[in-house]
Amino acid sequence: MSSNLRASFRGAIGSFKLDLEFSVPARGVTVLFGPSGCGKTTLLRCIAGLNRIPGGELHINGTTWQDARQFVPTHKRALGYVFQEPGLFPHLNVIDNLAYGMKRAGINYRDSVELRELTHLMGIEKLLRRPIQGLSGGEKQRVAIARALLLQPKLLLMDEPLSALDQDNKNEIMPYLEQLHSSLEIPVLYVTHDRREVERLADRVLLLREGQILAQGEIGEILTQPDLPFAHARDAVTVLDGRVKHYDARYGLSTLQIDGGTLDIPDQLGPSGIYKRLRIKSTDISLSVQEQDHSTILNRLPAVIWKILPTDGPSVNVLLRVGNMGEGHALLASVTRKSVDQLGLKPGMMVYAQIKGASLLGSNTTTAPRANRMTPLLESVQA
Amino acid sequence: MTETILLTLKLAILTTVILLLIGTPLAWWLARNRTWYKEIVNALVALPLVLPPTVIGFYLLLAMSPAHGPGKWLYDTFGLTLPFTFEGLVIGSVIYSLPFVVQPVRNSFEALGKLPLEAAATLRASPLDRFLTVAIPLARPGFLTGAVLGFAHTVGEFGVVLMIGGNLPGETKVLSISIYDHVESLEWGQAHLLSGGMLVGAFAVILLVTLIEKRWGRVS
Repeated sequence: MSSNLRASFRGAIGSFKLDLEFSVPARGVTVLFGPSGCGKTTLLRCIAGLNRIPGGELHINGTTWQDARQFVPTHKRALGYVFQEPGLFPHLNVIDNLAYGMKRAGINYRDSVELRELTHLMGIEKLLRRPIQGLSGGEKQRVAIARALLLQPKLLLMDEPLSALDQDNKNEIMPYLEQLHSSLEIPVLYVTHDRREVERLADRVLLLREGQILAQGEIGEILTQPDLPFAHARDAVTVLDGRVKHYDARYGLSTLQIDGGTLDIPDQLGPSGIYKRLRIKSTDISLSVQEQDHSTILNRLPAVIWKILPTDGPSVNVLLRVGNMGEGHALLASVTRKSVDQLGLKPGMMVYAQIKGASLLGSNTTTAPRANRMTPLLESVQA
Repeated sequence: MTETILLTLKLAILTTVILLLIGTPLAWWLARNRTWYKEIVNALVALPLVLPPTVIGFYLLLAMSPAHGPGKWLYDTFGLTLPFTFEGLVIGSVIYSLPFVVQPVRNSFEALGKLPLEAAATLRASPLDRFLTVAIPLARPGFLTGAVLGFAHTVGEFGVVLMIGGNLPGETKVLSISIYDHVESLEWGQAHLLSGGMLVGAFAVILLVTLIEKRWGRVS
């Protein structure tokens, strides 16, 4: 995997210590996840050059932003930064806020195609002449995101961009983030302590604890890893990537190839060969010890029980591996303890995972993994 | 009388302009710096708030005296004498009114917080650029308050002027001295006219500033 950003920070700011080293690929969203005080925001600020840890090293696309000899100041780093608070300039209206960075980055903002496309994508094209004071929290944050992206950065840093918003504003802005997720051609580092944002936006996760990396990996692996907290949540989800095999127009069903089986999705997902990301709630999967033929549930996958994980609720999460031999993707199913006892569920046992077709539609993220991405909506936001 | 009013306005305007030029970087430094000697500088700037004007005037007079010290250096190098001149008054007024400009501007800079400036840094703005295009526009209310207070305070000063300026018509005779003169000579009518004018003027200025701040406060 070609590495786009390499960082190593070992040192202290005041009483806070960072001791970590990582790299992220040339595109995709890497979520920095952890409890407050774990150093995720500090790490992001060090990458932006807003904080300085002596002894840090940071390289992006072969350019050095920090090493033993040099420290490039923030305003000379080709990055975009979205803060927790929008940080818009109250003395300027929306268009002047958007143009502020573009002018300084040497991008002509008048007749800018990027400006037109991005304001349309973020749903703020009607707000351009408005003063900042008149905007809702969600609108402000959308303007802030557009303002950062219009710089045509080589790296986008987002520090809990939703945490200052109420639930309505969060719900309003999430689809825009998901849209961006599938169209951005640059690496994104996204800080959050909200598990739902991880599940919906992450390609990769960097789990932080006390300034160190606890775990890192692809989203599909991290969410189902038995020793990490995600798989123990009562509303745990599985995220997996599937390749579209074919579309059955008669029933309006697309067949997706996943690791260890196939799934039928009641939707036209696009041409064969493209990748779709699915999000399956553990509570939308039920288990059966025999293959029942008479049921309205379309998707019934043979699977092998790998582990039974306690949760913070009355049920347990059964961690499965899809396939007759348990060779495929991991899957989490929420089951009551009573069912575990009655069916005698235990690791190594063969079961059938019944997935409600409808739950597969809940996936909004349509990002293809690795090389097989769709054409970007916004080619202008390339590095 | 017109001469006195014009001289007073000239002194106050000039002093305010100089104060904004000196006070802005000083206020910025005080607002952003974290060194230990910052509070010493701050205390020096604030001294005129508590010192009797006559004390300030006394030391200024000594410092400006062409017989010794900085005054002698000025006289020897540039042929300048400051006591009992308009230039001397300007210098005295700048020192005397400094805290009235620096404090509100500093408060405004501190109220900005880190976010707007850091946001500007991530938007490719250099430190000077951030200061000019973000900090100064957002600190508007502080500049307005500082300018008005500095102006009004200069118009009203008496002790310092008396000590270092004296009472030379057209050179150092300002309104407050003139009122004192009129009262001393029992010219009540003249004293009433000037005092009443100052009273109304001061009230109008304060009202205007309050209204403008309220409007700007809503905006930012």
